[in-house]
Amino acid sequence: MRRSVMGATAVAVLLASAACGGRGEEGGTTAQGECKGQQTTGITDKSVKLGGIYPLSGPASAYGQIPVGVKAYFDSVNAEENGIGGRKVTFVFRDDGYQPARAVEEARRLVEQEQVFALFQTLGTPSTTAVWDYAGQRKVPQVFVATGASKWGTDKSHPWTIGWQPNYISEARIYAQFLKGEKPQAKVAVLYQNDDFGKDLLGGFKKAIEGSQIKVVAEQSYEVADPSVDPQMRNLAGSGADVFLNVTTPKFGSQALAADAKNTRWNPLHIINNVAASLTVLRPVGFPNVQNTVSAAYYKDPVDPQWANDAEMKRYKAAMAKYAPNADVNNQYNAFGWAAAASFHKTMQAMKCPTREGLRDAMRNLKDVRVDMLLPGISLNTGADDGFPIESMQLMRFKGERWELFGQVIDTRKEFGPVTH
Amino acid sequence: MTESTKQAAPVADAAPATGRRDVRALLQERWQWLAAAALVAAVCFAPFQLVPFRVFQLTMVLVYAVALLGLNLLVGHAGQISLGHGAFFAVGAYTSAILLHDHGLPHLVTLPFAAALAFVLGLGLGVPALRLRGLYLALVTLAIAIFLVPLIKRFESVTGGAMGLTLEKPVPPAWTGLAEDQWLYFLALAVTALAFASVYGLLRSRVGRALHAIRDNEAAAEVMGVKLSFYKTLAFAWSAMLAGVAGCVYTWTIAFVAPDSFTVTLSITLLAGLVVGGLGSMAGPVLGGLFVVYVPSLSQDINKGAPGVVFGLLIIVVMLVAPTGLAGLAGRAARSTRKVLQKERRNA
Repeated sequence: MRRSVMGATAVAVLLASAACGGRGEEGGTTAQGECKGQQTTGITDKSVKLGGIYPLSGPASAYGQIPVGVKAYFDSVNAEENGIGGRKVTFVFRDDGYQPARAVEEARRLVEQEQVFALFQTLGTPSTTAVWDYAGQRKVPQVFVATGASKWGTDKSHPWTIGWQPNYISEARIYAQFLKGEKPQAKVAVLYQNDDFGKDLLGGFKKAIEGSQIKVVAEQSYEVADPSVDPQMRNLAGSGADVFLNVTTPKFGSQALAADAKNTRWNPLHIINNVAASLTVLRPVGFPNVQNTVSAAYYKDPVDPQWANDAEMKRYKAAMAKYAPNADVNNQYNAFGWAAAASFHKTMQAMKCPTREGLRDAMRNLKDVRVDMLLPGISLNTGADDGFPIESMQLMRFKGERWELFGQVIDTRKEFGPVTH
Repeated sequence: MTESTKQAAPVADAAPATGRRDVRALLQERWQWLAAAALVAAVCFAPFQLVPFRVFQLTMVLVYAVALLGLNLLVGHAGQISLGHGAFFAVGAYTSAILLHDHGLPHLVTLPFAAALAFVLGLGLGVPALRLRGLYLALVTLAIAIFLVPLIKRFESVTGGAMGLTLEKPVPPAWTGLAEDQWLYFLALAVTALAFASVYGLLRSRVGRALHAIRDNEAAAEVMGVKLSFYKTLAFAWSAMLAGVAGCVYTWTIAFVAPDSFTVTLSITLLAGLVVGGLGSMAGPVLGGLFVVYVPSLSQDINKGAPGVVFGLLIIVVMLVAPTGLAGLAGRAARSTRKVLQKERRNA
């Protein structure tokens, strides 16, 4: 008897709920006048709300410093310039622990509950990939995602998502270009991380040296979970290469540099990729051991003394001291966040309509937009056929206790043409 | 006439009293059924009242509840341990993803495949589990969780490597009139209900008694005629199967799989969620699922700087307050309310 009562209740409830049917599209607010019908959720004449998703916990929590720099930038713009064009910026950031499932949850929270105007940065290729379909469906701009995968620029079906930093293929082209001038007969050994980042960079490098005398003579991969890259380094040393391309994340970058320094019989020209080029990676190896290592950069390093009197660097350091007193002002990730936030500022200023559609159009139509935290000579450029805001970098060589920039800024788009997949 | 009124009066007086007694009796005897009915009503109505983001969260709770139900069968009922359930979850998720991506099967059809493959792998793991106990078993299962991620990356042509696979979400049939997130929720709910019903039935059968006997004392169980090897292996297989089913529903919900989603952390989070929810109870997996989904976001509301630390501290707090898990806490609360009610009734 009880069971039948239960069953009847359940059926009744199901019928009732089925009768209710689905819900309609709940619309946000829309604009009037010239931009009629475009979405104005999260933006008014006095305010704009942005949401970001970063790994504040978990294996990639080192990147959790990026939103600190972003927030310091927006806080200082709010205080000193009354926000972006009179709109005070509220920046909400959430933790996804580098888990795609949680990134989806947080993106939904930001869009549906916090009602943000745009997603400003999601970090990491997996998390960003998990979110970009959703952003496209809801027509929410996903601006300047913090990952260098090339698909943010090559993909045509996600107009609401755009990258920011030079993609890994562009970076690989910089090194190829450098070798073509410096060592046209180079025999290259490559150590790379076995994921999208490592493969994008290695693939890009191989493509960029096509038609030249440069050859990749040995390649070894490692997993993020590996304790050490020493075995790989031993194999590479046996290859007789005269150039070593170090495509690693910080921890493994240090290990590879140390292994190279220890092996006195193998002394290749050491190229380390930008991700692992910070001083915190080089210091444990010992500066005397990493002299003349080559890398590439696109934004100003807070510890580099040549920017000590740079106006933007001073502004950054003052703002960090004021709005993020507990953060390490010399941490590159803070500066990265600052530069991306400043780029967003410029993009907002370029919007024709103060709407989500306006932001999407603005971020896809940047013309020589100069951001002061980027190296001189590097500017943001996008267009109908160009989904990569930054494609230029400058080479640098380690001298004494710091990186020294050398040569000209290399525009890889000009040298190699657009990145295609 | 006067007589009739005189007679009628006491009857009229008595009617409300019996009515009250009936309600009270009903509440006492059948409160579990009423609570269950209320719960069913709530879970069915929820997606129509909540914003899609909340519905998504509830769907994830259901996904984790199914995985924890499997883990509970193994840890809570059979007394074995597994630090590698994230791996079975991943196997289910990837099986579904690959079938969707490469073979274009309908979403629901991938479910039996995911379940079957996880079942077979669980059966395989059940064999070493026969010889190992406690810490040693924990280590072997942990090794599986660690080893799976590089393995997925290795078979790039099938699994999409580190880039993962992006998939389509199940489209709600037109006749339901449901939105995508609501349809997903009801799919997950159906799978969850089915999983709970089967496990409930299983535990009430001789199998359940055999598992409990193994958990409580292996030697005694063997003496009583319980075939240890058979039941332990099967416990692993069923448990893995449920984790695989959960992984499959996860793939439907997130529509993206990547190796980084299934690291060792997932396995440990699952075990922690189960212990916090309550080992060996039917409500434990649901409470554990709620914990796994809601507490990480709660902990970052408390402190942005170190959400991981807050999450850990919350686990410690729950274990101090409720050593038998949240389910145990709920049970204790129910018992003490009943005592208070009984006392009140006696006083009245």
